[in-house]
Amino acid sequence: MSRLGKYTRRAFLGLGVAAAGGLAVGYYFYQKPYANPLDANKAEGDTPFNPYVMISADNTITIIAPRAEMGQGAHTTLAALVAEELEVPLEQVVVEHGPSSPAYFNAAMFEESAPFAFYDESVLAEMARSSMKVVAKFIGMNVTGGSSSMTDAFVKMREAGYTAKFVLLKAAAEHFGTSEDNLTLANGTITDTASGNSVTYGELASKAATISPPTEMKLKKASDWKILGKSQKRVELKDKVTGGRIFGIDVQLPNMAYGSVRMAPRKGVGLKSYDKTAALAIPGVKDVVEIRTIAGEGLGVVADNTWAAFKGAEALEIEWDDPLSLQNTDQMWSALENALTQEATFELGGTGSDAEVYTSIPESEEVSAQYRVPFLAHATMEPMNATAQHDGDTIGIWTGTQAPGIVQTVVAGHFDMDSADIDVTTTRLGGGFGRRLEADFALYAAVVAEATAPNPVKVTWTREEDTQHDTYRPMAIGEFKGQVTPDGTLKTMDMHVASPSIIQSVMPRTFPALSPLGPDNTVLDGAYNQPLDVENQRCQAHVADLQVPIGFWRSVGNSINGFFHESFIDEAAHKAGKDPLEFRLAHMTSEEFLPAREALKRVAEMSGWGTPLPAGKGRGIAHVLSFGTWTAQVVQVDVTDDTVTIEEVWAVADPGIVLDPGIFKDQIMSGINFGLSQALGQEITWADGQVEQANFDTYDAMRMYQAPKITVELLENSPRMGGAGEPGTPPSTPALANAIFAATGKRIRQMPLSNEIDFI
Amino acid sequence: MYPKIPLTVNGQNQEIEADPEMPLLWALRDIMDIKGPKFGCGIAACGACTVLIDGEPVRSCSQPVGDVEGEITTIEGISEGNELHAVQQAWMKHSVPQCGYCQSGQIMAAVALLEENPAPTDEDISDAMTNLCRCGTYPRIKAAIKDAAQTLGA
Repeated sequence: MSRLGKYTRRAFLGLGVAAAGGLAVGYYFYQKPYANPLDANKAEGDTPFNPYVMISADNTITIIAPRAEMGQGAHTTLAALVAEELEVPLEQVVVEHGPSSPAYFNAAMFEESAPFAFYDESVLAEMARSSMKVVAKFIGMNVTGGSSSMTDAFVKMREAGYTAKFVLLKAAAEHFGTSEDNLTLANGTITDTASGNSVTYGELASKAATISPPTEMKLKKASDWKILGKSQKRVELKDKVTGGRIFGIDVQLPNMAYGSVRMAPRKGVGLKSYDKTAALAIPGVKDVVEIRTIAGEGLGVVADNTWAAFKGAEALEIEWDDPLSLQNTDQMWSALENALTQEATFELGGTGSDAEVYTSIPESEEVSAQYRVPFLAHATMEPMNATAQHDGDTIGIWTGTQAPGIVQTVVAGHFDMDSADIDVTTTRLGGGFGRRLEADFALYAAVVAEATAPNPVKVTWTREEDTQHDTYRPMAIGEFKGQVTPDGTLKTMDMHVASPSIIQSVMPRTFPALSPLGPDNTVLDGAYNQPLDVENQRCQAHVADLQVPIGFWRSVGNSINGFFHESFIDEAAHKAGKDPLEFRLAHMTSEEFLPAREALKRVAEMSGWGTPLPAGKGRGIAHVLSFGTWTAQVVQVDVTDDTVTIEEVWAVADPGIVLDPGIFKDQIMSGINFGLSQALGQEITWADGQVEQANFDTYDAMRMYQAPKITVELLENSPRMGGAGEPGTPPSTPALANAIFAATGKRIRQMPLSNEIDFI
Repeated sequence: MYPKIPLTVNGQNQEIEADPEMPLLWALRDIMDIKGPKFGCGIAACGACTVLIDGEPVRSCSQPVGDVEGEITTIEGISEGNELHAVQQAWMKHSVPQCGYCQSGQIMAAVALLEENPAPTDEDISDAMTNLCRCGTYPRIKAAIKDAAQTLGA
């Protein structure tokens, strides 16, 4: 059961004015700390030590893991950071997501969104990263994304555990009348070795909270870790094998109504007119509500069960007002093709200076190719849903969100309220993949709840609504050209990427008051910032608005450019007549690219790279550095009767520091299958202003019979910590396309690969 | 209003009032407050809603509640007291779930598979386990099923 759940809803409110009493220490905040949100939430006998640790008189130790748990294991490893320093086993703690509060902002995600490569440690890059940190605190972004949860929490959550341990030890020394040197800690208990007497953390908590926190953090050395660095069982494992009521869709409140939505095909299309007679005639349907928001327009249906709401939504007769000029996918490709002929919107990275080198490549030395990827839906297993309740001056929202702070901001903006009056309870997420960084599903529920007030309403989207109203991974074209000299050296590489800008699409939906600054590096992520030594490199973005809402999709720009870049390197290797592994290693000789070299060499060993294969089989290799993790993969395929079987995948990932090898490897495996799913047939296309795919029959993902054997190993050569959730995805698709080329000689440059070759 | 429909769910006889056309999934979730079976697609394409009817796996999102004949078992009904079913224990041992949303359905499909085929091969597992998992936990699912087969056969 949720411990925080026992507190009244009222107690969640007013975080902005909560007194910073007790031990709301601010050692990790930049100047003035945010108030400790737990002070507003504590019950009798609870002592909050800081925003991450609360200990009750009965020795219940609660750790707040303020990031979305959407399958990536964040709650387990975040809790482990605190538990390690607090000297308690993970089995003994209660892990809560905690309230939505700016105290839990994510600086790391913003830090890495500055437009510099991960390995770029120049003064300018460091300055940009640190200014993004300040921005994150200013906006109070409690966000889960960018594979950043551990990087962000690595120091501050261990410090939270250390701080609590520090004052507990002082309190125990006073309690026993002895010195701290005579005390030992184990299982939430402190023992006086002289007398053999023990006292629990819970018994000491209220006294400890009056003791000044440490001014110096003496965190444990990695060699002394007992929990970190070792595979842990996920803290929510039992709930997930017993059908636990842990997801947004499982929320059940007293007097709750059920709802669904029928939204306009996309943002920018208006609700012109509608007839609700047929909908209201369906037994169980109670009401039809207009929805007009910054995310989109449409209708909500209120009913006394979800199925009636679905039927009601389907029965609505609606006329849309669609002023948008791009109505089908062909027009959108044309817009991108046109953008490629225009001057670049911006460029990033690059080496060499003379633009002439790109136009003077001798024909015999030129290698060029154009690659394409389509729009993709997130297709989380749990369709979008949220429960909302208007309660006088406040709105309560229960939902699986990656960004409770954005939900607060967007809902508050719609109703002209204060963010502090929007109370968001974050449930577990049935998949996120970036989709649940948006606020649309919560916003629509809040609008429908205005009609059901004071009763709450759970608004669930049909799968069709979910597929057709996603914020899609952008479609894009990569036009790549290079010069391979007669000695087999890639001397010049010219990369042009035409794509809409994710940031330009996301910002007006989430932070309408802010205008995006600078280049949107997500357009070029995975192309401009890869470990590659090429004398002349240019990477230019050609941004075109395709009038389609787009968003963050597992690995974001890397999912696009990883495919382009690593397919192209493979093509260049074949042009040079070199082995694709040797060719890569020969072009990543700089000292700082060591993690890439080691990952590639290890994955080659694991996969038997270079050893002969029977006819019809082939191996492909790729490496992408994304979210701070260097990831090399080899895919092996069998092609029999023109049908591809993905037999096996080997992966090596180097995130610098591995906090939980089991969970990390599972994330790489998951990222690989998520990436390969694209190749098997995923594409979102438009006709007459509508998405053509609707359910898993037309937009599917990998199934058991298609799933390859996967072996993952981890290395720790990288000098800085990287993420787990996304880096497995980008290399999977180019490695697959390269394997198909190796097996068949057929080069496929467009996703999904299934448009040009059959898969089992 | 609605007719009374008698049902046996997890060994309990009960009677609900519902449109007979309502899918069993929504009768379970919204009327009986049994939340283990999850909604994924509504067209029997993903299997998140899988329950057993007289031991046979059924995608409850596409099964009208008025047509149900036989005893319904949801994931809430497979453990005995505090003792989890061997399949659930294997799922924990192999740390199968990531987001966990599809796993109720996966576990129910696996329970049905092992009832019918106590020693499935890789191919048997691929043929029977057609449920979708967006986290891509398939290798873990396969390993857990083989483990549970051993436990149940022992």
